[in-house]
Amino acid sequence: MAEYIIRNGHVFDPVQGIKGDKKDICIKDGKIVDKVGSSAKVIDAKDKTVMAGAVEIHAHIAGPKVNLGRIYRPEDKLFSCTPTKGMERMGSGASIPTTFKTGYEYAKMGYTTAMEAAMPPLFSRHVHEEIRDTPIIDEGAFPVFGNNWFVLEYLKNHEIENTAAYMAWLLNVTKGYAVKVVNPGGTEAWGWGLNCLTVNDPVPYFDITPAEIVKGLMEANEYLGLPHSVHIHPNNLGNPGCYETTLDTLKLTEGIKAKNKFGREQVLHLTHTQFHSYGGTTWADFESKAKEVTDYVNKNKSITIDTGNVTLDETTTMTADGPFEHHLTGLNHLKWANVDVELETAAGVVPYIYSPNISVCAIQWAIGLEIPLMMKDPMRCYITTDHPNAGPFTRYPRVIKWLMSKKARDVQVDSFKHKDKVLSQTSIGSLDRELSLYELAQMTRAGPAKSLGLGSMVGGLKPGMDADIAVYNFNPEKPVANPDDIEKAFSRTAATFKSGVQVVSNGEIVSNGNKRTLWVSIKAKENAQVARDIAEKFVKYYSMTQANYEALGHHFVPNPFAIEVDATN
Amino acid sequence: MTKTITDVICPFCGTLCDDVEVVVSDDGKKLLEVANACVIGTEKFLHSQEPDRVTRPRLRQEDGSWKTVSYEEAADYTAKMLAKAKKPLMYGWSSTNCEAQSIGNEIAEIAKSCCDNTAAVCHGTTLIAVQDIGLPSCTLGEIKNRADRVIFWGCNPAHAHPRHMSRYSIFPRGFFTGKGQMSRKMVVVDPRCTDTAKMADVHLQIQQGHDYELLDALRVALKGEWLPDSVAGIPAEKIREVADIMKSGRFGIIFFGMGVTQSLSKNHNIDAAIALTKDLNEHTKFSIMPMRGHYNVTGSGEVFAWQFGFPYSVDLTRGFARYNPGDSSSVDLLTRGEVDAMFTIGSDPGAHFPISAVKGIAKVDSVCIDPHMTPTSGVSKLHVPVAFNGVECGGNCYRMDNVPIDCRKVVEPPEGMLTDQEFLTMVLDRLKKLKGVA
Amino acid sequence: MANSISVNLISGRTIQQGVAIESGKEKPSYRTACGIIEMDPSDLKKLGAWKSTNVKVTSDYGSVVVKAVEATQGPHPGVAFIPMGPWANSVINPNTYSTGMPTFKGTPVKIEVAINEPVLLGIELVQKNCGVIVG
Repeated sequence: MAEYIIRNGHVFDPVQGIKGDKKDICIKDGKIVDKVGSSAKVIDAKDKTVMAGAVEIHAHIAGPKVNLGRIYRPEDKLFSCTPTKGMERMGSGASIPTTFKTGYEYAKMGYTTAMEAAMPPLFSRHVHEEIRDTPIIDEGAFPVFGNNWFVLEYLKNHEIENTAAYMAWLLNVTKGYAVKVVNPGGTEAWGWGLNCLTVNDPVPYFDITPAEIVKGLMEANEYLGLPHSVHIHPNNLGNPGCYETTLDTLKLTEGIKAKNKFGREQVLHLTHTQFHSYGGTTWADFESKAKEVTDYVNKNKSITIDTGNVTLDETTTMTADGPFEHHLTGLNHLKWANVDVELETAAGVVPYIYSPNISVCAIQWAIGLEIPLMMKDPMRCYITTDHPNAGPFTRYPRVIKWLMSKKARDVQVDSFKHKDKVLSQTSIGSLDRELSLYELAQMTRAGPAKSLGLGSMVGGLKPGMDADIAVYNFNPEKPVANPDDIEKAFSRTAATFKSGVQVVSNGEIVSNGNKRTLWVSIKAKENAQVARDIAEKFVKYYSMTQANYEALGHHFVPNPFAIEVDATN
Repeated sequence: MTKTITDVICPFCGTLCDDVEVVVSDDGKKLLEVANACVIGTEKFLHSQEPDRVTRPRLRQEDGSWKTVSYEEAADYTAKMLAKAKKPLMYGWSSTNCEAQSIGNEIAEIAKSCCDNTAAVCHGTTLIAVQDIGLPSCTLGEIKNRADRVIFWGCNPAHAHPRHMSRYSIFPRGFFTGKGQMSRKMVVVDPRCTDTAKMADVHLQIQQGHDYELLDALRVALKGEWLPDSVAGIPAEKIREVADIMKSGRFGIIFFGMGVTQSLSKNHNIDAAIALTKDLNEHTKFSIMPMRGHYNVTGSGEVFAWQFGFPYSVDLTRGFARYNPGDSSSVDLLTRGEVDAMFTIGSDPGAHFPISAVKGIAKVDSVCIDPHMTPTSGVSKLHVPVAFNGVECGGNCYRMDNVPIDCRKVVEPPEGMLTDQEFLTMVLDRLKKLKGVA
Repeated sequence: MANSISVNLISGRTIQQGVAIESGKEKPSYRTACGIIEMDPSDLKKLGAWKSTNVKVTSDYGSVVVKAVEATQGPHPGVAFIPMGPWANSVINPNTYSTGMPTFKGTPVKIEVAINEPVLLGIELVQKNCGVIVG
């Protein structure tokens, strides 16, 4: 493999505490090293910003609901098709780009790792086929557990060991990365057209509460010592007043301790926090509760969050929170797709237009920015758009602009039709904080990598780590004349390296890289009861035989990278 | 000695049964018996064993006779044909695996071709309706475990999806449906008294082609508004009775088929059916599902969608993906005579397109990749027989509810025969050279 | 009794059609399964045709000779059924009306007795319709 030296860039690396010093970064055999030989290829990074490749902790980029979005929204392709070009396959789609376009767009923005946030276990083969066809970036996928009949039955009796055994089995057969929970209990209730809106609403028939599910899953997650914590989308998403449910959910972490060998400190990751930080009782008195939520998170080190920034675009919402999507189609009357998945989960898809002329949308935009600006520890708060739910991931550069420039936020607020309402219902107008590049590197690199248990591998530039590197045309020593320059600089890298291979040069794809599928391989204790229960459920209730359930083989996972967990002790 | 292979997937219809058992000879070369499959599936497995099977590509000569050629020559012909054509059509894809579809898409991208699958003459209009109005649906196991109201509208699973009712929809005892058939009310809407209709609690023998009216009448009945004495040949009281059956259930499902997709109102029928389903969700839980035909037509739509953004009728001739059924759809392209080369794989447009479109195939250079002799191979210039996918090679496929299931190889193909993937890879390599693509 | 009758033609799958396409479309069994028209007994009577009589089916779009059989999934007076395949597709309405989908179901056709005309094999029928020279 070619050796490289990225010379004289301003390096921002939270892993080593480097804050913009001029340094050389050396690459050899896919890793970052202390030095390279004289024949190494030189990348001149003078007056440029150098960071590790960014890590996406939560996006919907591969799998059945994403593809349902592509299938049923031809209008999303209008003006968004890209032709075949050099080694780039053709692409299409704005809020739900095709797999090829997804890989290229991430790489061009300097992202090298991404997590698909919700994998229905029955559809794991589909998720992996799309991951296979997404070039360059390393990807993992989170199977959903919060409404799974096995989980509901075991946790009703607080059987943590059995839950953990099932968890290990499911992660192994689906080649999953982490334990995702979406609207715990509520999505099972949706099987009957119902929902669970608080942590204490009992799940129909199964007679268990969301609180019991979440607590039990956290205990099982720590029992196994998985790299990532439980990753939760709590109940009651998107409704005025939902922040109380959010706080109730967060409080369930009290008394649970992280136990793992991967450097992870949290026991719960709260995703798209923006959607869970609403006050008020109706859309008329809708208001921000970002302060209440971030106050709690600031005080409790056992929680990490991501933001879920609204980008004010037309987009496609999609979630395993089936009842929410039904609720949403009732609000906006746009086309509704739904898929209930036997024994496991559900999903809904509805297009959505975040219009700057609608006060609720503008308030949502403000809340998404308040959250990171109110978080004291950038290592525990990560930038996402919950792609494509709050906006497409391709808008990260714009979100970065808003976070790094008070001026840019003010310009946006001034343009809102209901500016006064935005200012009265949120505190966006009084937040002066502007994120530094170091904080940005924490929120998009070192932080999410640590939360995922990948902190020793990616998200930093320390020798020995993977050579995932982004070089931006941004000179931190020069004052920013126009905030739009920030957006422009982070839209296209000068160079992106993935595992030591240069994949982007001056914003163009130059290699399809060496994409890997990340998954967690668990060695667990034998558990005869769980094995029997699994076999029985397949015989009686699944529509597929157990022998055909696993995602196995080269055509699904051609280049696996398994993270080994030994949970036999 | 023989070997029994279990959990085999049947590569016939969209039901994609995965509990078939196949007995093969000890050397894995002969397939001897098939258990659990329906009569069609059994025939599919057994036909692969026929001694008179075509096992090498055949090129039609001036005098109309076939000349046997090698796979290399066949791949050369195919690549040259695609390289030369201005507007080739690559059609089919529904009886092959997703890996082959993926290679095919790469070929199509380089050849700047029109790409289409059998949804074009099957559930294409369903896809148009879904793009209009969405689709509240579920997996088949949900129906097995929860459904107490099952509507078959313009479909005849007793003939077209023979094990659908026993595996998923009517007979199985699921988690919340312990009494099996006894826990379900079954309604069939069909202009004929089909073998499915004969089993129903209620059969609405609708006037052919008036589905849109009846669907709307049911929506009216749900709202309790005025109805004329009869709609589509069905008396108003019967319509109200069925509306009550639907909304009084706990979990309902509408399965629909060619009766609505292929009769005159086409996508508008399905719009109305989906709107009815949406309305029913104000009263109870209801889903709707197309009865997809070929065992992997769904997969073809999925692969097209994640690679190009559209599920069928994709036109790549301008170097990027466009989609406009009526313009970019196979039957229209062929009938208008716009296609200058025809590539068919895993389907039989010669038998299943209107004859006016088939004439469009016969006029141009053409390749038919199919294990069988078919009307399509009968009008094509080159016939490339390949191994039976799902019997002689494995690969991923998607069931009618979009659930992916990995097909199994159960027996060796005849000596020297290639799979779809292997042949397509040869074509791709040659096409890349011809077009100077890295 | 008349020389010809007019009916509404639909096409679709049957289990025999499914078995036949999997056992080989070059075989006579394909013709047996699909080279037929299922008619209501009352329509057969109107036409004055016995069961298993060859008939010629003509629409605005073409004509084809098939064997008339009594409806197996009737009664459906006024509606006739040819299983999906080249025989049906010789006469169905090919117009897609900009949907991509031909109108396979609901084509007005005229049926007349054609005792002396043969029902062609499937591949043979398509080749003849397309003018393909066969060696």
